[in-house]
Amino acid sequence: MAILQDIAFILGTMLMYASPLIYTALGGVISENSGVINIGLEGMMTIGAFFAAMVGYFTGNPWLGFLAGGLAGGALAVLHAVACVIFDADNVISGIAIIFIGPGLSLFLSRLFFDGATQTKALDLSKKIPRPFNGVFEQNSPLDLVFNQYAVVYIAIFLVFLISFLLYKTRIGLRLRAVGEQPNAALTMGIRVRMVRFLAVVISGVLAGFGGATLSIAIVSLFWGSLISGQGFIALAAMIFGKWRPIPTMFACFLFGIAQGIVVYVGARVQGTISDLLSMLPYVLTLIVLTSLMEKGLAPEALGKPLRERL
Amino acid sequence: MINRQKSITENPSVLAIFSVVLGLGFGLSALLLSGYNPLLAIKVMGYNTFGKLRFFLWILIQAVPIIFTGISVAFAYRTGLFNIGAEGQFIIGALVAALVGYYVRLPMIIHPIVVLLCSIIAASIWGGIAGWLKAQFGVHEVISTIMLNWIALYLNNFILNFPQLRRPESEATHKVLFSARIDLFSRLKEEGDWYTFQTNHPQLADVFRAPITIGILLAVLTAIIIWILIEKTNFGYKLKMVGFNKDAALYQGVSVTRSYVSAMLISGALAGIGGACHVLGVTHEVAKLAAMEGNGFDGIAVALIANAHPIGTIFSGILFSALAWGGKSIQRDLGAPTEVVNIVIGIIIFFIAAPGIFKTITQMRYQRKMRRKQ
Repeated sequence: MAILQDIAFILGTMLMYASPLIYTALGGVISENSGVINIGLEGMMTIGAFFAAMVGYFTGNPWLGFLAGGLAGGALAVLHAVACVIFDADNVISGIAIIFIGPGLSLFLSRLFFDGATQTKALDLSKKIPRPFNGVFEQNSPLDLVFNQYAVVYIAIFLVFLISFLLYKTRIGLRLRAVGEQPNAALTMGIRVRMVRFLAVVISGVLAGFGGATLSIAIVSLFWGSLISGQGFIALAAMIFGKWRPIPTMFACFLFGIAQGIVVYVGARVQGTISDLLSMLPYVLTLIVLTSLMEKGLAPEALGKPLRERL
Repeated sequence: MINRQKSITENPSVLAIFSVVLGLGFGLSALLLSGYNPLLAIKVMGYNTFGKLRFFLWILIQAVPIIFTGISVAFAYRTGLFNIGAEGQFIIGALVAALVGYYVRLPMIIHPIVVLLCSIIAASIWGGIAGWLKAQFGVHEVISTIMLNWIALYLNNFILNFPQLRRPESEATHKVLFSARIDLFSRLKEEGDWYTFQTNHPQLADVFRAPITIGILLAVLTAIIIWILIEKTNFGYKLKMVGFNKDAALYQGVSVTRSYVSAMLISGALAGIGGACHVLGVTHEVAKLAAMEGNGFDGIAVALIANAHPIGTIFSGILFSALAWGGKSIQRDLGAPTEVVNIVIGIIIFFIAAPGIFKTITQMRYQRKMRRKQ
């Protein structure tokens, strides 16, 4: 049953590597469905990863760390929200500012708290986010390889369905989408457009912060300068790939995750040449799929457009 | 709005200067809050920028790549495109330069020109892909260029896997031939009698220890050419028109799709020259990349601070480079985190993104003044 085990290994790796992307991409889904472009996810993820690792290290409680990561991401998102929602800033430029501030602030604080080092001290392995199904299945059996995941992986998948439900089956979700599609119509219906957008951006920051935290205190056990290096952008691509909807976005994240899984799997067996090609694959695939997906009307109508109250 | 006071934000250079001052203010307060003396930091940064000619030359040399990526982003921005892909175009330009600079044998002067042309072609194709995808399929350039950045990075690493293409026992290409290099005294320093030169002309040697390249001249020249292209030519006017209002341009008979492709071809070429200049002048090789080097992202910042004006990118590029250099010096001399520079840059861009903040402040002051008058 070696092949079953190999497949299980790849699937397990996929779940693990996809989960930070899922959190972050969900953040993108919420922000962009409210009409605010958020390319600053990368910066929010980085600061979330740092705060999670720092708080996790000093308190010894991974869940406090995870929460701190989310809060830090949300705090940075407030900046983006102030610029984009209150002062009608160009969303992309403000996002670029966030991409500089997030990692800059993380490394700045890291040097202050960890004696000039650009990485945090590693968490004790028992102080990482726990694996709820550890020991339930026989070790290294296919089921174990797939399902013995960190708790945050399951939370990520749960959140996908929760947010999908909220977006499409509840009044809150309808309002959020109305604000992103037809802000002026929403305004006449008495929805406080700026308030909804502000909250959506902050929540997206919290989710991106969770994504960063998943990387720093579940998948690995510390934060360093290049830990995130582009994952926020990949999450952004996954969100567009998933047509701004939570469940398709999750599958897009799985695609990036499975490519990573195959790279890890093959990398352990074959020389380097092929692994670079494999790493390239998800990006090439995304480009190809985007060419066929980009019919009109997928993105929220008012994406990136500031509210113009015509009253 | 009736009580509309003319805001400082109407003049982009004033807005940029205000933002820079505010950014520096935030940075110094961050240092103060974390227990470092901001006045000392200013002194250290000042000395390390203007204290010696060599320091300033280093700043100019390191400004070259980001001025080029800055012009690339600025040019695309004026034509209505947000080129996040300068990073990847830079990587491709650098890679081609390193290969052509070693494997093609040509006389001096001609060699660097040929290398630059090859880099321009390769990088411009790389940028053009994003333009074509947008024109043909409507794929947003922000996403396609992000993807292309990563593809470029892995392509670079993939090509460096072949033992024929790299120095033995290393992860880097062969050093480019002397005939292709654009830094002065390169041969003297590596093969000639640099030691004798140093003892005979100690002051000159101190200055020339920095790899002075003609890259900065090329950057200034390129900025001027692109400025003329955008502002003074028919072709540039059409591109700009699409950037300003693509529907209006379409009604005027401008082909929007062709405009996107040509804009991205040129934008890619500009970033590619940056990569080539960096290889021919400073590194002389390219190595495997574990992560993005950030030349393209810094270029975005440079372009935004310059309000997407090609000539402005020269100054904002030098400012950026000086900040990065100064940041390293406060780390070395004071132990203060060099990353404060990234915070400063972020804050600068933040205020440039949201000129409404200044507008609100001036508005509030104006209204208070009016009330006092009444």
